[in-house]
Amino acid sequence: MKIKNNIAISDSGFIFNPATGDSFSANPVGQKIFKMLQTSATEEEITADILETYQIDKVHFEKDFYDFINVLKKYKLLEEIEKD
Amino acid sequence: MKKTDITIAVTGLNAIDSPGPGISVIRAIRKSNFYNPRIIGLSYDTMEPGIYMHDLVDKSYQIPFPSVGTDNLLFRLKEINDKEKIDVIIPNFDAELFNFIKLEKRLLEQCNIRMFLPSMKQFEERQKANLYEFGKKYNLKVPKNKTIYSLNDINKIEYEFSFPVVVKGKYYDAKVAYNKDQIAEHFNRISIKWGLPIIIQEYVFGSEVNVTAIGDGTGKTIGAVPMRKQYITDKGKAWSGISLDDDKLLKITSDLIKSTKWKGSMELEFIKTSNDEYFLLEINPRFPAWVYLAVGCGQNHPDALLKMALGKKVNAFPKHETGKMFIRYSYDMIINLKEFEKISTSGEL
Repeated sequence: MKIKNNIAISDSGFIFNPATGDSFSANPVGQKIFKMLQTSATEEEITADILETYQIDKVHFEKDFYDFINVLKKYKLLEEIEKD
Repeated sequence: MKKTDITIAVTGLNAIDSPGPGISVIRAIRKSNFYNPRIIGLSYDTMEPGIYMHDLVDKSYQIPFPSVGTDNLLFRLKEINDKEKIDVIIPNFDAELFNFIKLEKRLLEQCNIRMFLPSMKQFEERQKANLYEFGKKYNLKVPKNKTIYSLNDINKIEYEFSFPVVVKGKYYDAKVAYNKDQIAEHFNRISIKWGLPIIIQEYVFGSEVNVTAIGDGTGKTIGAVPMRKQYITDKGKAWSGISLDDDKLLKITSDLIKSTKWKGSMELEFIKTSNDEYFLLEINPRFPAWVYLAVGCGQNHPDALLKMALGKKVNAFPKHETGKMFIRYSYDMIINLKEFEKISTSGEL
């Protein structure tokens, strides 16, 4: 999965979807994950990065990560990348 | 570049809580790089704020209500034209457009006043009561609707719709009804204000997106800017909105202008469903009150319309800026009683 190309995020964590006019705010962790998703980072790569940077165990992070992904899907900010 | 002096008459000066487009149109024209406009306001009511906005409107005249017909309107416009030598009129009310379209040829021949309006056929076929058929003809999704003329008709259509439904006036107003009693209530309230018929329309769930667009009459789209309302007043009007990057909506708009050969300005109102389907709710054959957002997005539609009205060639705007917002505000003007007296007694200010 990847953030749609037309979705922008500012340095302050302000996310804007120009197709719908919706805007959102992400906290620093959300910004980090969002920016990694923009570069097509895999779930494993994101997990490894967050676990290395923040004091959180893998089980808790995976739960929060899926919640975050579901929010992104709900607001149609994600596009699925077809796997080979 | 030296700007050309031009006299433009504009209606819709009612910049109130359900605003007419006139003030936005005037602000856009005053941003023109080509014209140095003298703006003549044409008003129906002495309380239309635009009459008193002297930084935008140079002179105002009262004109007769649309219900008194074209002859009275023509007579009054000739009186005004004798003093002002009007080059172009931009009418901005749905309810007056019928008269202005009928007068288009006579105003040109007898007064050398130009307009750039849709044809009577274009005007009529997109009427709310005809919109469902219009959608079928031009391959657009339109919520099912029925026209009713009396409270008894509610019983006849009861089983054709599931609740909620939208109860709409011929020109203005729309209310959601969740049962027959509410239909009757809205029927009475809207018909007293705007007359008959009343349109009952299927309710489509989704978010409302609108487009302000302009066609050159040959099928070419000169400009189009989509907008989503962000804050809606209790009258259903946008208090703030944001321009969108929506290729599908722009394609629907340009296809519609191409197939109808739409001439002049228009506002398209859609509901976008969660499945990204677009249902056309209304076509207003005029600029919307929020048309100044298009100027903010790099497309000055009123200026383009002026040029086309004067027979100039206008190229299509290549793009518009997205993520631009408008937010309305209210403002108390202090008016000298003398001014109110003058417009009330002499019909001009």
